[in-house]
Parts: sequence; C-alpha cells; structure tokens
Amino acid sequence: MTETNIGAPIKRVEDKRFLTGRGRYTDDLNQPNQLYACILRSPHAHANLKKVDVSQAKAAPGVIDIFTGSDMAADEVGSLPCGWQIHSKDGSPMHEPGHPPMAVTKVRHVGDQVAIVIAETKSQARDALDIIEVDYEVLPAAINMDEALSGKALVHDDVPNNMCFDWEIGDKEATENSFSDAHKVVSIELVNNRLIPNAMEPRAAVAQYDPSNGNYTLHTTTQNPHVIRLLMGAFVLQIPEHKLRIISHDVGGGFGSKIFHYAEEAILTWASAKVSQPIKWTAERSESFVTDAHGRDHETKAELALDKDGKFLGLRVSTKANIGAYLSTFGSSVPTYLYGTLLAGVYKTPAIYCEVKTVFTNTVPVDAYRGAGRPECTYLLERLVNKAAKETGIDPVEIRRINMIQPDQFPYQTPVALQYDVGDYPRAFETALKASDYEGFSSRRKSSEDNGKKRGIGISTYIEACGIAPSAVAGALGARAGLYESAQVRVHPTGSVTLYTGTHNHGQGHETTFAQIVSDTLGVSIDQVEVSHGDTGEVQFGMGTYGSRSLAVGGPAVLKACNKIIEKSKKIAAHILEASVDDIDFKDGVYSISGTDRELAFGEVSLAAYVPHNYPIEELEPGLDENAFYDPLNFSFPAGCHICEVEIDPETGEVEITDFTAVDDIGRVINPMIVEGQVQGGLAQGIGQALMEGCVYDNEGQLLTGSYMDYTMPRADNLPNLNVSTESVLGASNPLEVKGVGEVGSIGAPPAVINAILDALSSLGVEDISMPASPSKVWQAIHNAQ
Amino acid sequence: MEMSGEYRIEASRQTVWDALNDPEILKQSIPGCEEIERLSDTELAAKVVAKVGPVKAKFAGQVTLSDLDPPNSYRISGEGKGGAAGFAKGGANVSLKSDGEATILSYEVDATVGGKLAQLGARLIDGTAKKMAGDFFKNFAEVVTESKDLNSTENLNDADTNKVNHDINASKRPKIGVGSWIIGLIVAAAVILAIIVY
Repeated sequence: MTETNIGAPIKRVEDKRFLTGRGRYTDDLNQPNQLYACILRSPHAHANLKKVDVSQAKAAPGVIDIFTGSDMAADEVGSLPCGWQIHSKDGSPMHEPGHPPMAVTKVRHVGDQVAIVIAETKSQARDALDIIEVDYEVLPAAINMDEALSGKALVHDDVPNNMCFDWEIGDKEATENSFSDAHKVVSIELVNNRLIPNAMEPRAAVAQYDPSNGNYTLHTTTQNPHVIRLLMGAFVLQIPEHKLRIISHDVGGGFGSKIFHYAEEAILTWASAKVSQPIKWTAERSESFVTDAHGRDHETKAELALDKDGKFLGLRVSTKANIGAYLSTFGSSVPTYLYGTLLAGVYKTPAIYCEVKTVFTNTVPVDAYRGAGRPECTYLLERLVNKAAKETGIDPVEIRRINMIQPDQFPYQTPVALQYDVGDYPRAFETALKASDYEGFSSRRKSSEDNGKKRGIGISTYIEACGIAPSAVAGALGARAGLYESAQVRVHPTGSVTLYTGTHNHGQGHETTFAQIVSDTLGVSIDQVEVSHGDTGEVQFGMGTYGSRSLAVGGPAVLKACNKIIEKSKKIAAHILEASVDDIDFKDGVYSISGTDRELAFGEVSLAAYVPHNYPIEELEPGLDENAFYDPLNFSFPAGCHICEVEIDPETGEVEITDFTAVDDIGRVINPMIVEGQVQGGLAQGIGQALMEGCVYDNEGQLLTGSYMDYTMPRADNLPNLNVSTESVLGASNPLEVKGVGEVGSIGAPPAVINAILDALSSLGVEDISMPASPSKVWQAIHNAQ
Repeated sequence: MEMSGEYRIEASRQTVWDALNDPEILKQSIPGCEEIERLSDTELAAKVVAKVGPVKAKFAGQVTLSDLDPPNSYRISGEGKGGAAGFAKGGANVSLKSDGEATILSYEVDATVGGKLAQLGARLIDGTAKKMAGDFFKNFAEVVTESKDLNSTENLNDADTNKVNHDINASKRPKIGVGSWIIGLIVAAAVILAIIVY
C-alpha cells in the first residue's frame, strides 16, 4: 500500500468527475418548481436611492415577485457581519458601518444590490430588471484613497474621513532610534495593484424553504459552508443552525473570493421563504467583476535603515489599504494581521514599525485573495531589499545572505508579534541560486544583448504565516471565531471509511490528500476511503478552507480522529484475541499480539464493532466512528526563494519570462504531484499580478476593467516551464509536520518578476516600474528614462 | 468621452427644417429610435434601442435645451437610462454659421456612461458614438431627399482625432422659413440623443 501512502505522488481521485463533466456545481442543481432570480445592481458608485418603483416590473410576464432593500429592512434582516475586529492606535474599535444585503437608502459602489426579481425563467427575470424604475440622486464618489481620506465625499455618513481604522504594530520608538543610528536609509514608495479574482465558476446559489418544517437549505459556492451558516444564520437572518443547511459541493475555484458571506446568499435564502419555492441565482461574469471581493490595493511608503556593512537596523512602513465600500468578512484582518506581522520576512531586522490606514471607498469591497496580506508584504520587502542592494552597492544575493535568519536562531521571535518555529532559509536560498544557474546569468545576458534584448534576473525570498490559526492567538488579535478544524472518521462495518472534513475542497485535492492520510494511518486501501465535505448536514463542523489551512489544521484533525479509531479498535482486537490491549500492535491495517503470529484484519475488527457478538460491551460502545477537533499550536511558516529571469524587447516593451525557479519549504509533503500543481497555479497568479492584471476605476467609480477585454488574465502561453521544487524543514506546529502550500506561489512571484524587469532595464536608467508591468508601461519606462 | 464635429448641410434651411420638424422623420433618422416626443419648446423625449459591443438595451432619453442664443449657439444636455444596462449622460455646446446657401453646424460633446455600459463598453463608446452620429446623418439625408438627388459622403476620421465630418447634400425644396438655429438645434438634439443612448 506504500504507493498511496503519505509522500506518494498519486493522481487526484476527484479529477475523474471534473474531467468527465460529472462535477456537482451549484448551477448544475435544479429543484422541482425552481424559480430564477436576477439582481438589479447600481450603475452609480454613490447615490441616494430616492425611489425604487417595481410596480410595472411586477406585472411583467413570468415575474413572481420583486423585493428591495426596504422589504428586507421591514423584516429586520441584519447587516452582513465582519469576522475580525481591529482596534486603532488610540484603542478605539474600527468603524463598522452597516452592510445591508440590499441597499436601503444609499448605493455605495457600482454593482451594489438594489432589487431582486424572481421569475419563472431566467430571461423573464432579466427582462423585468429593465423596467424597474430607480430614481438615483447621484452623490460625489470617493474613489482613490487620498481623495477618500480628505473626507469630501463620505461613503458612510458616520465614518469621518472614510477611515475604518488606523492600526499599528511594532515598536515605534525602537524603530525611530534605529534610523538615527543608521549609516544609510533607503526608501521606497509603491502600489500593490488591485486585483479582481476570477474563479472559473462564477458565484451561484440555490435557496429553498420548506414551509412544513421551517427548514432552509442553501446550496452556494462557498469555501466554508459552516462559516456561512454561522454568519448568515446568527447575524443576518436569525435562523438557528438546526434549521439551516448550507451545501457547497463542487466549487470551481475560490482563491479566497468565495470565503466571504455574500449578500446574494442572504437575499436568496430570505426570499425563498417569501415565495415558498426554490430560487436559483447564478452570477454573470460581468456581475462577478463588480461583486466578488477584490484583492490587494495598497499604497505604501517604507524606509529601511542599514549599518555600514549592509545589515538591516530598522524598517518603517506606512500603508494605506483600500477596503472598498463595505467591510467584507475578513477585510479588516488582511491588511493588518496577515500583513504587518510578516514584515520581518526572512531577515533579522531588529526593529520594525508599521502603520496601516484602511480606507472606505465607493468601490467593490476588498478582502482576501490568494496570499492575502502576505503578497503585499513580500512585494514591499523584496523590492526594498533590492533597492537597498543597489544603493549600497552590495550584491542582491549578498545583502540577503548578510541579513537572513540563520537555522540556529529558531525559534525566532520577530519584532512584529510572530514567532517563527522552524526553518532553514539559507538552504532554500542557496538551492534556488543553484537551480536557476544564477552564476551563469552574465553569459545569458550577453547572448540576449547580442540579439538586441535586455535580460534581467530577480530574486525574492518570502515567509508566510499560514495554517490559520491558533484560536487563542487569533482571538486575542480580534478574530470573532475559533480557527480550529474538525474531522470525523466513520469506519463502516466491512472496514471501508468515510472521512468528513470541515475543510472545503475547491481544487486543492483534499479528496486525495486526506484519503492518503487515512489510508496510511489506518492501513486501508485508498479506494476504501471516501472524503465528504461541504455539507453542514453531513459534516459536524468546520471553519473551511483559506489561508493554506486545510492540511496544517484540518490534516491533524484527520490524524487525531484516525488515532482515536486505532485506540478503540485495538481494545476490540485485544478482546477478540484474548490479549491485553498493551500487547496489541497495529500496523498496516493488521492487529497482532506482539511477538506472535496471531492477528486480525482491520475489516474483522470493524465488523465486530458493528456486530458485537464477541465484544467488550461493558467497557466499549459498539460502532467505530470518531470525531476530532484540532486547534494548532502556532501558525506554520512556509518560506522559500523564487528567482525569475526575463528577456525584454526594448522596441516593444514586451517581457518574456524565460525561466522561473521556485524552491519552497512547505514542511512534510503528502502528495508531491498536488504540491507541484499548487505551486504552479500560485506562480501563474503571481506572474499575472506582476505582468497583466490590474483593476482600474475611473474618477466616478465606474469599473473600466470590467471584462476580459480590459482585464488580462495570464494564459498558459504567458508562462515558462516552471522549475518547481521543495526544500523542506518539517513543520513544528502540528503532528503531521506540514506547513501549507496553497499561497506560496502568489506570494513569492510578483517581486521576483519586477526585480528581474528592473535588473534588465537598469542599464537604460529605469529605476521603478509598477505592476502590472504591461508592454506599454515597460516601453514608456524605457522612453521616459532616456 | 469627448467628441467634436462639424457638419456642412447643403440644403436650404426650410427643407431641412421641414423634415426635422416632423417627429416621424426624426424617428426614422435616429438609429434604433422607437419613439420621439417633443415635450415643449426646449424638451424632447425619446426611446431608443442601442447596442454597444455586447450590451443591448432600450434607453429612455430626455434632452433639455438651454442657453438659447438664436441663431448662434445653445447647450443641449441629456440623460439616457438603460435600466440594468446602466446610464449615459452628457451635453453638447452647439454653434451654427451660415455659409452661403448652406449651414455649418459644429458641436462639442462630453458624455459619461455608467454601469454595465461602462464596464463592458468603455472602449467601444467612441466608435459607437461616431457610428451612430454617422448613421443619423445618412438616414436623415436619405429621408429628406426621399432617396433622390442625394449625394451623401461620410468621412469618419480615424479614432485618434475624434473628429467627425459630414457633408450632406440634400435637395432644395423650399418650405416655410425657419431660423437656421432651429435646424441645428434639432440636428444636435438628435446627435446628442444618439450619443447618450448608444
């Protein structure tokens, strides 16, 4: 069975249904008597809703009913909650203005919900949207952050200067002192470009209410069904858990954007009771652009103090983070505890101070997107370190070597709250330098120059905190929920196993990885293991999948439940074998009495548990079904080094990535094939951010990059062959010794790409370029420098 | 978007006026126009079906004339609501010059769009607006001349210049005399309608 055990590169079992069109996506589901919903959305970024007249539209063919924000308000529907409370420097809690699922008095971004039409067919619902008459009183909009902070236009009347909170971390005084002792201060200003997530499957929901028992069922495209049940049930609709079932079977990509509790989920669930028929809503792609929470969008100024040998003395960071029109579920935690706490990176910087102002604007809410805070942090640090190298004349490799935390320094306490448990940053770094043939770069550069091209190489190192999170730590930092994970291992009478996990699989391959853990631990063949997830009616509880937490937090829960199974089944085996439980060995699915050839198979013991004719019934209950909850000891800290090599055509500004090397320390690897895929996908997204993707609003708050004509996603032909490998130090925060891999690619890649571009163009005098480094931007930078 | 243009209309004012003063002819000239109504001396309302790239919608447009300085200049502003497709609003400063028997109308338009129109159509708006303006004059000339004696040439300049020049040679059919400003007024109103409803 070793070919499927932990560490084996087996193909994903779930791919069979994905590749043969048998996935169960939300939009695939149709219920008897199902109606269809379309949502009227604001075309204005900021306007008072003076009148919403639905009378004519209600009479349109096929229309069953139409509801507005006022109808929901009349039912005392609550506000969409934020899951993380942040406090400002002065100790005051963040501003949490109301977020009604449908606008009641004001619309606050293009795409904000105004009315829902429910009709017999989707076309009828869509046609009726056109005859709803809305009288908007257009208000000045706050779009860019400086403008918003001036307070001229207020997104929420009760939030002065549109500032949600003004947060800080680190020792300000120690940092100031480090700057006064500095030999050299290097400063940088940069923007982390706003991104629009683009999961292949748009969001969708099917809501159903059963008037005979008062039960609600919502099928929705979420990464965390139990969290949605908690947030929507307890805070928005006041439906108790036992009357509300959330089902999220197959989901076609999330990347963070499907973590959050979205308005449509609450609107549909609420409306399904109004019409007492199931309702389906599926976002059109253009709706996704203006309603799925966006990512990134930071403006940062930072300074690094160095001594005469190039050692970092202090880091000072001031960031403005756009959080859009409303606080999304995790919007407040991303630019704070997932950002400022990582500013040490892999370096021994002794003093760090960071302040973050978060700003409401009349744009789509901004929240976690693959990496969430850590790409923003890494981009800043690695751009700054490269600039320091340039300004001090120290080689970019050398300056990193000088400052890197050494393997004998663990556990390493950073000046920004986190304590790194284990790691070996120089090892991944040196491995990446070798793997990318860093030494041989100058000859490659020469051959590019001979062809009239500019060649550059860029390094990025990173650390990230994932496996969120130790509940007590998260709670102390403002999280309003625990962040443990649960697993239930149900051994059936004949020895096959169903694993119920509280994490959610939407492309990560849990059905394979988790089955490998079960198979390895219980010694059952992998085809005897089924993984169930995504249904609050089946899975006991869970916090879902985000922050690369599934394996680091959900995995140990699986292991723990398996160990409980082993513990109980050994007692059963001991009884049947008439031996002491201490003498029972369990290995590869076989129970034996130590030192004898007397043994029982896994299936024999499980059968005895369900057919307890010969069973220690006084001591043990029948059955073999165990639950476990696991709360991690610490975050886990994947780290690594990414090296990008580019060739640029100075005539066109086109950047070709010729080579990309990623060496990642992600702890124990359960399935190397899945790991490689995860890193590749993350790198593609990181490269997309660096070269192609960028969300643009005009001054009135109209989204100009609202379709694939204007918002560029990376395609296969934009990417080189990715040289991906792991150089792991086993994780110390959990018994599986794993760290997490889902986000490392999108965290490490952007600065590696931009550093490579700047290296290529430095001989032309180009000193800065912003993401996305599109051909026109690169061409312009070249011409501006000349 | 911003757009400016100049039209030289080779027709007597009376002929053009006569045609333009007829809501039915105006309706035939505005691409996609389903209804047009003169609410007062300074207000027009129209319903137009227009398509910008992938967005097709019915727009209810209202146009108001202001700063009237007959026969020299005026400002026209308006707003078109396209339901779920978004909105368009804008204005134009229009001025008229006599040139022998002909009338030269020039305009400067500024317009903004919102909602799905901006999201999907922002990059198509300039082209669409020019096309609609061009279509309007072509249709208009055809209707006015009843397809005879028509010598219409359209010169849609390249996108960079944002300039549209049209020469319209309509037949001369003397009718009741009206100040040339009213011709321009209605032509410009139609252009504005065309622009704000695209």
